[in-house]
Amino acid sequence: MDNLSLVALVSIATAGICLAIGSIAPALGEARALSQALSAIAQQPDETNAITRTLFVGMAMVESTAIYCFVLAMILIFANPFWKFFLSRAGG
Amino acid sequence: MTITPDHMVYWRWGSLVLNATIVSTWIVMVLLTAAAVRVTRRLRDGPPLKAGQNLLESITGGILDQIRDITPHAPEQLLPFLGTLFLFVALSNLLAAVPGFEAPTGSLSTTAALALCVFLAVPVFGISRCGMGRYLKNYIRPNPLMLPFNILGELSRTVALAVRLFGNMMSASMIAAILLSIAPFFFPVIMQLFGLLTGLVQAYIFAVLAAVYIAAGTEVQERRAAAVQPAPPPAKPNKETS
Repeated sequence: MDNLSLVALVSIATAGICLAIGSIAPALGEARALSQALSAIAQQPDETNAITRTLFVGMAMVESTAIYCFVLAMILIFANPFWKFFLSRAGG
Repeated sequence: MTITPDHMVYWRWGSLVLNATIVSTWIVMVLLTAAAVRVTRRLRDGPPLKAGQNLLESITGGILDQIRDITPHAPEQLLPFLGTLFLFVALSNLLAAVPGFEAPTGSLSTTAALALCVFLAVPVFGISRCGMGRYLKNYIRPNPLMLPFNILGELSRTVALAVRLFGNMMSASMIAAILLSIAPFFFPVIMQLFGLLTGLVQAYIFAVLAAVYIAAGTEVQERRAAAVQPAPPPAKPNKETS
């Protein structure tokens, strides 16, 4: 197997694994934050605005780890620097 | 398929490159400026309010209320900066639903520039409010051992601010493109509608996080002012909580 197909193989597999594993923890964290916020709203409906605002901000922070994984996967597939390097070497 | 509108080049002259990011940024700037100029040309005090003036006043008032919730200390100072950030990001995210328009926030260059503005605004507002010494003292809080971590945190949150907005907007356009090739016509419409919502939420989050960072930079003065005031009465224990 030459370098180019090795890079392609590893990049695609790594992108999938990265997104698959990287989205587990944020999903669990967001679900927990949402359920806590819902029970808080159920107990104190007057505070809905403050709770929702904090929830949105907190969820965005939690979600950013998943976003990093997504960006990494997209870079691996669509803008892979190693791919370009080996492609230019193979092209001569 | 490209992951950034930076690569869509409209016009090139030597090293000058006019790509889709710059053009769509200009479009958003022109739209915002033209709307603001057109409305504020004839402001009225009296009862027959124009629709545009009503809209602008409610937007400004809403942003001001939100900032006041986050940092009650002189929200009017922060209004121009945070309001501009929010309106720019929100309009570019909303215009992403227009066919042919590439949202400038889907490019890492734009979001990095916005995050750099926030990065610079934190010390500017902090120093102008509580002085150089007090602002710098923030970095050695709670003790000087934390200095490298505080500096690292400042840098990493700027990167996170840029990558978060970029990742969200890029993923929205990317998912729309992928779905368009798998299930045309119906699913992309739903995803576009969903994209409008996430776009507004992302703009809101960007502005709120900027406000939170700036508020954290000016925290010293407020904490000292709070320490002078008598402590609030202890909250009643909530019996319903188990």
